[in-house]
Amino acid sequence: MYAQMVKSEGMKSRDEMSAEEQAFQDRIDRGEKIEPKEWMPEGYRKTLIRQIGQHAHSEIVGQLPEGNWITRAPTLERKAILLAKVQDEAGHGLYLYSACETLGVTRDELMELLHAGKMKYSSIFNYPTLTWADMGAVGWLVDGAAIMNQVPLQRTSYGPYSRAMIRICKEESFHQRQGYAIMMKMASGTPAQKKMAQDALNRLWYPSLMMFGPSDKDSVHSAQSMSWKIKMNSNDELRQKFVDQTVPQAEYLGLTVPDPALKWNEDKGGYDFSEPDWSEFYDVLAGNGPCNKDRLGARVKAWEDGAWFRDGLVAHARKAAARRTPAAAE
Amino acid sequence: MPSLPDMTTADAADLARAQAAAHPGQTAPRPDADQEALFEALLRIGDSTLILAHRVSEWCGHAPALEEDIGLANVALDLIGQTQMWLGLAAEVEGEGRTDNDLAYLRDAWDFRNLLIVERPNGDFGQTLMRQFLFDAWHLELLTALMQSADPRVAEIAAKAVKEVAYHLERSSDLVIRLGDGSEESHRRMQDALDDLWPYTGEMFLSDDKDVTPAAEGVMPDPSSLRAKWEAVVREVLDEATLSIPENDFAHKGGKQGVHTEHLGYILAEMQFLQRAYPGASW
Repeated sequence: MYAQMVKSEGMKSRDEMSAEEQAFQDRIDRGEKIEPKEWMPEGYRKTLIRQIGQHAHSEIVGQLPEGNWITRAPTLERKAILLAKVQDEAGHGLYLYSACETLGVTRDELMELLHAGKMKYSSIFNYPTLTWADMGAVGWLVDGAAIMNQVPLQRTSYGPYSRAMIRICKEESFHQRQGYAIMMKMASGTPAQKKMAQDALNRLWYPSLMMFGPSDKDSVHSAQSMSWKIKMNSNDELRQKFVDQTVPQAEYLGLTVPDPALKWNEDKGGYDFSEPDWSEFYDVLAGNGPCNKDRLGARVKAWEDGAWFRDGLVAHARKAAARRTPAAAE
Repeated sequence: MPSLPDMTTADAADLARAQAAAHPGQTAPRPDADQEALFEALLRIGDSTLILAHRVSEWCGHAPALEEDIGLANVALDLIGQTQMWLGLAAEVEGEGRTDNDLAYLRDAWDFRNLLIVERPNGDFGQTLMRQFLFDAWHLELLTALMQSADPRVAEIAAKAVKEVAYHLERSSDLVIRLGDGSEESHRRMQDALDDLWPYTGEMFLSDDKDVTPAAEGVMPDPSSLRAKWEAVVREVLDEATLSIPENDFAHKGGKQGVHTEHLGYILAEMQFLQRAYPGASW
């Protein structure tokens, strides 16, 4: 779930809609896919750019916390698996930026908005990865939470987004399994490894719950996005589903979820659990998370340091084109 | 029981040979010279792929374009896979019960046999690309020769790796050409990179006594035999890139004998941290 609190354009009742808007909403209600060159309300287009763009940014900023351990991975096999995983995230970024470009915005424009702090990425990537067990916990919890949201988004109304999601989900489920495999190894390892595993769960549990965004009663943009089928489930629904899925997995590992109030509720057929500290969530969104400056700083540095490289390739392409058609160069 | 002077002999293998010579006709425990030379030769390849993979993987998440991030990760992944094969075979040849991971994570710098060029810091993206190109061109010639190795295990690994490395060279050549013959700044940066790295290429072709046996047995090529083809490829690409080969022929050396630059110690401190801090743990 890499898109949080995406602002969507004002909700309209059927009476307020133009004939075009009504026809558009009917197509969505019938489950038809909207394709790039087809007519769409400006609000739909803008909301999608915000959401897909934020998702794309989350993928590439999300490379950093895990990239932090590639050079320190404990075996050659773990190193290769982790590198392949982080490479997949870059690939997801690429599909999503491409999906976003079909809506009339360029990748460079989106990058500039990210670097200027005008577009967000998921709050989770502003937390540090402090031990090797975090590589397990990120795969297990963070990718696990992402899958909860992304599986339904495979059915989202916008064709290119839906198709990107189908491909991404296949890879994410592999990521979650590799994370859980690391956790199993750590939880059944030496006392120090078990301690690392528990510590990772302690630190990442609540930030993972925050990934779903604030409670629905506080989520002002959900209704319009849901009627457009850009958002498929409510934040609370998905959070509950995630907790219900994850608690037995923690028990299997012999680890303790850091929530004394966690309890099975027979009546609702799910767990009761404590809310994360939402003031911390808003602090992180405001730029005050433990790693906000480092994460964005690393992206800006990569972009600025690479400017000569990108310019050099463009200069070569121009020269090559001029050599092919000398007249055009004059 | 050896006498005291014998006990101070630095090299256990020398000690064993001395014992064998002192007692002709007896079957003394004697290290297999061929296997020792093969072990050494395999480290020289596997350590180079390992250390280069480490350097290249440092770019993950920081490359100047997403496509480059993905491309470099591919190269690093190929090199890690090749390392597993080369060091795996080295461990098997050594016969001491060590694994590829033991060799990668539990040796100190002086036991590493990689070329110095692969431990050079990444520098800017141009330095990284130039290092990759100069290495790829050598790597491809080496693997092409190794496909004819008298040792089928070596030939088999080379046959698998050569396909990957042919692509690495295609990619790095293409970028060196485009950036060399690109903007004024990209040209300058690529020329600087070439000037800096050129003195680290000569080591690829230097032979020492450890190269003699594997070359005589047709297991490994003589390093100097790879030079002419490497130079031809490098010259052609650099010409097209409008870059000038430095006239200075000086060659830094020592990596193949375990005498490294200061950088390798830091690479290993980072790479080996978990294995060293938590000995015996399974990951």
